[in-house]
Amino acid sequence: MKKLKNIFNLLCILIPLSLVIQPASAAIRVFACEPEWGALAKQLGGNDVSVYTATNAFQDPHHIQARPSLIAKLRRADLLICTGSQLEIGWLPVLLRQSGNDHVQPGQPGNFAATDYVTMLEKGASIDRSQGDVHPGGNPHIQTDPRNIGKVATALAKRLAQIDLPNATDYAKRYQAFHAKWQTAIQHWQKQAAPLRGVKIVVHHKAWIYLTHWLGMQEVAALEPKPGVPPSAGHLAEVLRQLRNQPAKMVIRAAYQEARPDEWLSEHAHIPAVVLPFTVGGTDGAKDLFGLYDVTITNLLKGAK
Amino acid sequence: MKHIVLATWITGALLTTGLSTNVNAAGAGQPSNAFNPEISLILNGTYAQFSRDPANYSIAGFPLASGSDPGSRGFSIGESELGLRANIDPDWYGVFTFSMANDGTSSVENAFVQNTNLGHGLTLRLGRFFSGIGYLNEQHSHTWDFVDTALAYRALLGTQYRDDGVQVRWLAPTDLFVEVGAEWLRGDAFPAGGAADKGRGTWTGFVHVGDDLDDSNSWRAGLSYLSADAVKRKTGTNDLFSGSSDIVIADFVWKWAPNGNPYKHNFKFQAEYLQSNNDGLFTPVGGSATAYSATPSGWYAQGIYQFMPRWRVGLRHDQLNPDNAGAAYSGTVLDSLGHTPKRDSAMLDYSNSEFSRVRLQYNRDQSRPQTDNQWFVQYIMSLGAHGAHIF
Repeated sequence: MKKLKNIFNLLCILIPLSLVIQPASAAIRVFACEPEWGALAKQLGGNDVSVYTATNAFQDPHHIQARPSLIAKLRRADLLICTGSQLEIGWLPVLLRQSGNDHVQPGQPGNFAATDYVTMLEKGASIDRSQGDVHPGGNPHIQTDPRNIGKVATALAKRLAQIDLPNATDYAKRYQAFHAKWQTAIQHWQKQAAPLRGVKIVVHHKAWIYLTHWLGMQEVAALEPKPGVPPSAGHLAEVLRQLRNQPAKMVIRAAYQEARPDEWLSEHAHIPAVVLPFTVGGTDGAKDLFGLYDVTITNLLKGAK
Repeated sequence: MKHIVLATWITGALLTTGLSTNVNAAGAGQPSNAFNPEISLILNGTYAQFSRDPANYSIAGFPLASGSDPGSRGFSIGESELGLRANIDPDWYGVFTFSMANDGTSSVENAFVQNTNLGHGLTLRLGRFFSGIGYLNEQHSHTWDFVDTALAYRALLGTQYRDDGVQVRWLAPTDLFVEVGAEWLRGDAFPAGGAADKGRGTWTGFVHVGDDLDDSNSWRAGLSYLSADAVKRKTGTNDLFSGSSDIVIADFVWKWAPNGNPYKHNFKFQAEYLQSNNDGLFTPVGGSATAYSATPSGWYAQGIYQFMPRWRVGLRHDQLNPDNAGAAYSGTVLDSLGHTPKRDSAMLDYSNSEFSRVRLQYNRDQSRPQTDNQWFVQYIMSLGAHGAHIF
């Protein structure tokens, strides 16, 4: 009993103390939900930010455990950068509620949702769970189109400048440099990807709508019968039958997804199974945002041969 | 010239952001319905088969709170749970959960508001909620890995400690997760009772620590204390207790998923130890009040393994130590007859999606000296808003 009182007394001292002691003006702490936003924050923030990326390319951003380590990281974050549109709805609300961090709550400048700044596709008029794990705000996998990265970069640079006013000119300079480089890169990728126009593909999860939209590719089937529902043998057989009438060039999946269904289809339909990084770090070459699309297009071109 | 361009750009940036903060009020993790509260409904049902009559259920040496039984035979719906959640304003978040039991009785399971804007790692919760003590205590029944809760929770906490009051949590500003919490509660629920001390009969304190070992392994450990005062607390048919019943809990959880991706395989281990320190007067039904001082305890350990997408198996062992209440209580509910209550459970479940689960479970229940073979088939379905689960 006495011990407990001592602990309680200690807390009474420690808690107010922690309120007083705050690091002077350290780098802005960024908590990025997905690797693409972590990479973008590093591009735009440079030395003015320290970036923690909550997930890696081998994890499914829909299904992340609200782990104690993530709550502890969000506790000290100045800026939260997530995809939004309910992609993180299975875990982010818990982190936000348990973090005790008022700066990153929805509605605060420290809360940034990338999907607020792009045009959403597959925005459902009527949404029902019988359609699988669908998102009423539209398909959230916006990072498969580099033009979306460009739009998010514009908004994010402004947000960084707003949060870290003393370094606003730094963010502006880095943004201008990135923007110029990015536009050139997009031109390059589009030229490189010209042969992909009209190419028919099968996707594992409906996560590539922005990519197919950008490059003019055509998605003819998905291995998941409904978004988020694992591919079944019956559905795979159906996809195979469908491919006899309407052949596709390849079947694509993200690095984090199960290989087996894709390999089965690849073997039976005699089309290559292509792994795309999906986000930064997904494959060897995809070390940063530029590498992400370099690898994506190279792999797609290989698959389309 | 360059400076002017930059300055204009920044001013523009600030203006637009200033304007757009309102537009983007929803931000990351926006609610599914713009202004209406998120609504979720949990439907669950069981088919149960017991070799011994559950109406005579008891745990040798433990006075049980009402509702601390394995349920009834045959078909029944479990607790159907209707939940409403919403941000109230920029500072407050509110939760209401209404629970309907199969016998038609309904109860307010959760009704609390939580401040999200204190900052500095502080959260304040007011209302009715599951206490933050232990690990299992805060988990809603639809997230349990077995049909029933641990025996130690059933015997020492009346299944789950839920009460009305205030909770404060503080999260340390460290990379290691260190959370400290304290609660001051009414004291109406077992092991408290009768809202002692003018309706302030219970207080708790807890510390949780957790971290990741690497991308695949994470853990959380906790130490909790619940101090409960009871005034004429009623258990069983009509046993009364007045005095203090303080509980110490040590808990540990470890989760594994290759590369942090639980889709194909994952494993979860959890174990807790509970000890109850009782001091007061116990009046067994039909008897007279006698001094009672004993420290019964219990523990459980369980492992859940997902061996392929959608399919999980689990094993659990429960054991209790009733402690000897003394000769004065021989023949009463506090007399364990030298029996050590224990239970072994095995379960298999299948999740069609993250919103629906079907489960088969077997318990070799030795809460009483005679073995009870219990079989359960259960479904748990959640409709509506996508509730995020705690670790």
